[in-house]
Amino acid sequence: MATAVGTLSHTEDRSRIWEWMTTVDHKKIAALYGVTGFIFFLIGGIEATLVRTQLAVPNGNVIDADLFNQLFTTHALTMIFLAIMPMGASFFNYLIPLQIGARDVAFPRLNALGYWTYLTGAVMLTSSFFLGGAPNGGWFAYAPLTSLEYAAGKNLDFYTVSLLILGVSSLMGSLNFAVTIINMRAPGMTMMRLPVYMWMTLVVSFLLILSLPIITVALVQLYFDRNFGTNFFTPDTGGDPILWQHIFWLFGHPEVYVLILPSMGIVSEVLPVMSRKPLFGYSAIVFAGAAIGVLGFAVWSHHMFTTGLGTVPQIVFSASTMAIGIPTGIKIFNWLGTMYGGNIRFTTATYFSVAFIFLFTIGGISGVMHASPAVDGQHQDSYFVVAHIHYVLFGGAIMGIFSGIFYWFPKMTGRFLDETSGKWTFWLLFVGMNLTFFPMHFLGLAGMPRRIYTYDEGLGWETWNLVATVGVYVIIVGVSIFIVNFFRTMRQPQTAGDNPWDAATLEWATSSPPPEHNFDVVPEVHDRDPLWYNRDHGIAPAAKPEHLHIHLPPPSYMPLVVAMGVALLGIGGLSHVAVAVLGVAVVVYGIWGWALEPTE
Amino acid sequence: MGRSGAGRIIAIVVSLVITAATVGLLYIAFVDSANTPQTTFQAMSENGQKAQDVYTLIFILAGIVFAGVMALTLIFSLVYREREGGKALQLHGNSKLEVLWTFIPVLIVVVMAVPTFQVIAETTGAAPEESLTVQAVGHQWWFEFDYPELGVVTAGDLHLPVDRPVRVILQSKDVIHSFWVPQLSGKVDMVPGHDNQLWFTPNTPGEYLGQCAEFCGISHANMRFRVFVHTQADFDAWVQGQLAEAATPTEGLAAEGAQQFTLSGCIGCHTVKGNALAMGVVGPNLTHFASRTRLAGGMAENNEAELRRWLSNPPAMKPGSIMPNLNLSPEAIDKLVAYLQTLQ
Repeated sequence: MATAVGTLSHTEDRSRIWEWMTTVDHKKIAALYGVTGFIFFLIGGIEATLVRTQLAVPNGNVIDADLFNQLFTTHALTMIFLAIMPMGASFFNYLIPLQIGARDVAFPRLNALGYWTYLTGAVMLTSSFFLGGAPNGGWFAYAPLTSLEYAAGKNLDFYTVSLLILGVSSLMGSLNFAVTIINMRAPGMTMMRLPVYMWMTLVVSFLLILSLPIITVALVQLYFDRNFGTNFFTPDTGGDPILWQHIFWLFGHPEVYVLILPSMGIVSEVLPVMSRKPLFGYSAIVFAGAAIGVLGFAVWSHHMFTTGLGTVPQIVFSASTMAIGIPTGIKIFNWLGTMYGGNIRFTTATYFSVAFIFLFTIGGISGVMHASPAVDGQHQDSYFVVAHIHYVLFGGAIMGIFSGIFYWFPKMTGRFLDETSGKWTFWLLFVGMNLTFFPMHFLGLAGMPRRIYTYDEGLGWETWNLVATVGVYVIIVGVSIFIVNFFRTMRQPQTAGDNPWDAATLEWATSSPPPEHNFDVVPEVHDRDPLWYNRDHGIAPAAKPEHLHIHLPPPSYMPLVVAMGVALLGIGGLSHVAVAVLGVAVVVYGIWGWALEPTE
Repeated sequence: MGRSGAGRIIAIVVSLVITAATVGLLYIAFVDSANTPQTTFQAMSENGQKAQDVYTLIFILAGIVFAGVMALTLIFSLVYREREGGKALQLHGNSKLEVLWTFIPVLIVVVMAVPTFQVIAETTGAAPEESLTVQAVGHQWWFEFDYPELGVVTAGDLHLPVDRPVRVILQSKDVIHSFWVPQLSGKVDMVPGHDNQLWFTPNTPGEYLGQCAEFCGISHANMRFRVFVHTQADFDAWVQGQLAEAATPTEGLAAEGAQQFTLSGCIGCHTVKGNALAMGVVGPNLTHFASRTRLAGGMAENNEAELRRWLSNPPAMKPGSIMPNLNLSPEAIDKLVAYLQTLQ
């Protein structure tokens, strides 16, 4: 830090900021994704806290109906698109090159562009609160409630435009990740030697590549309906509101697996290392993950069992949905098999991973329950489903992400997060999330619909709503302790060492934190657990060469320019076409400059 | 290889006790939640009972899987917790086990699927010939109920005879709503431009709570209704009452109210059969307003105090209400209340 020399600090700080703005290093981009995603996780949490506070008691008066609708809508959008997916992208970015033994991702500048467009879309979506009102039609934005007739104002335009931008960002990221994993593996790392986390990343990337174009089409259609008078989804003029539901869920269901598969991958890395034994049933876990990905495209109509699908479609989509329970069950058994016979270190990362198995199972069970349309007739749009998705996304995705943070933090920073404080965080999150979300099963059973800003007393909903709200505040304490832990840890010396957990995968073969070029010598892979193989066969790491001649891509500000153009395009889509034209000009300039940029 | 001897037995017993206690407590809470006014787990119709039988079976299976995974997670966590000098078993997998635990979820799914498909086939087809037909129309934010065969139009309260199948034709005038009376049937959406159908046979007279289940805008929470299941004789009497036209009062405050009803423009949106001027169809038909139990889309009891609150400023009571604040004077409200209360 340049604090010692007062006159220099200003320029040095500025050049540091510039360094971050122009970086194409996957590790720095990962840090940007991670920190930004976590900030939006907090924002989504604030939105949820307001929603739950309003519902703490019957006839609550904390916020009004319209703000409530904006908050539950943006809570979902924020958590899905601005928090969980980017935190996933952060891990992907950081770990793909390190786990497969590469120096960076295949397209480093595209990677930077992915982050900057994500930031653009995220800021745009959140700014809507201060620019006339946030989206208020639910994250699923069912037609015709989203048509101009029932939703005047810009709320829904913020929805379409920011989601389009976020989609572009994810699409660039996933293409980059898939290309990198397929083409840039270290010598000897065959596909069936890929770490499970890399497999899950690959499946997620393909899910996004295949599903994002679908939602893009739907969003463009909705934008056109609202702004140019087309009639895709408005029934009065021959459009079909059910069409929107089909297109939305054809994207929306694979999206669920985009959120959960990365955490399944994290658990599959943490459990074997902490149990000190190889992952049980590697191939079964890999194929089950791929099967979930494929089946994920064949179940979308189970979100629509109550729309009057008819008898046969109900049976078909019920069968395909129940079928997903099979590969999911296989995964759960294999994680338990990994613990079996182990000598398990119960670090904070282990706690989160073991809790993941249990909590995700609860979400999985309720998911299979409403795969039956007979049950779903009661569950659909009730609090039972709210409980279900939060067991999958909080009990699953978020617990997995916390496990990953505690597990890889020493690699990323060279420092251990404090374990005592970490266990406090774990227990508060575990207790808090169960207090918040388990009672929602009871509320659903008692007939409480979702998305209601108020309810009468006397329906038997009072106790569990209050308990759920108390749970949120327990979660807040847990997350706060984690934030303090993070800042305190960042002030500690870097003492972690290369491989503190005695882990098996390649990222632990280099220093902590890794140098910009990742590996002095690209390692050779002989086994699915390369570092354990080397340890057991007495293979020493390759000696550091005397001269390192490693070509790394230079920093570039062109991704930032293109992202600014995209931002202008978005602002134009919300205001005046002239701004959009300017945006196109900036994008073209950015891509032009990008193409002509020297690579040395 | 983990704990052995007494340590292992204690760990297993502790895990099983914790699991059993958790399942027991959850069971008590589930039963408690099933005994609430808007319960989804006390079917009072034949089709509802069929669905609930499947629901019960699936609940039991879910409970078994929950208990199994919870117990195993606890046992493995305690038995295989790190010990001084402990060694981990170096296993890569076991093909026989993989086959076994592929078969377990397959079996569970099949046990769920067969009765599910049976019930779906039996309950989602066409309604029986002898059904009573009701058209349920969703509006932002109230339910309209028409009986085309009987010539009755009402709102907010749905009256049905016991033991006769009812075919509910579901429609919407604006956005998507969902018709849900948990004790009588699973929900089915009311989609503009699509006529959906639903049928069930209520088997117990009584009052059942219903609520819109599809997010439909700012006052979604306030869109509720009630279903009254009567004996055939009571239902026939109710129909007779509804078929009568409303007599326009000729004296007193109520007569002034009838005039006020025209003066304030109420006739533009509301129909009162027997009042030739009141032909509007935007709001609910008010011919038998005073015979209904709820007002304002089912959010409030139909009594004088609530009616005054509603008339004095509808959007303040039900956010987004299509009925605007008419800025009625207290005297005008007195008159309107007197008139509306004659509409038995």
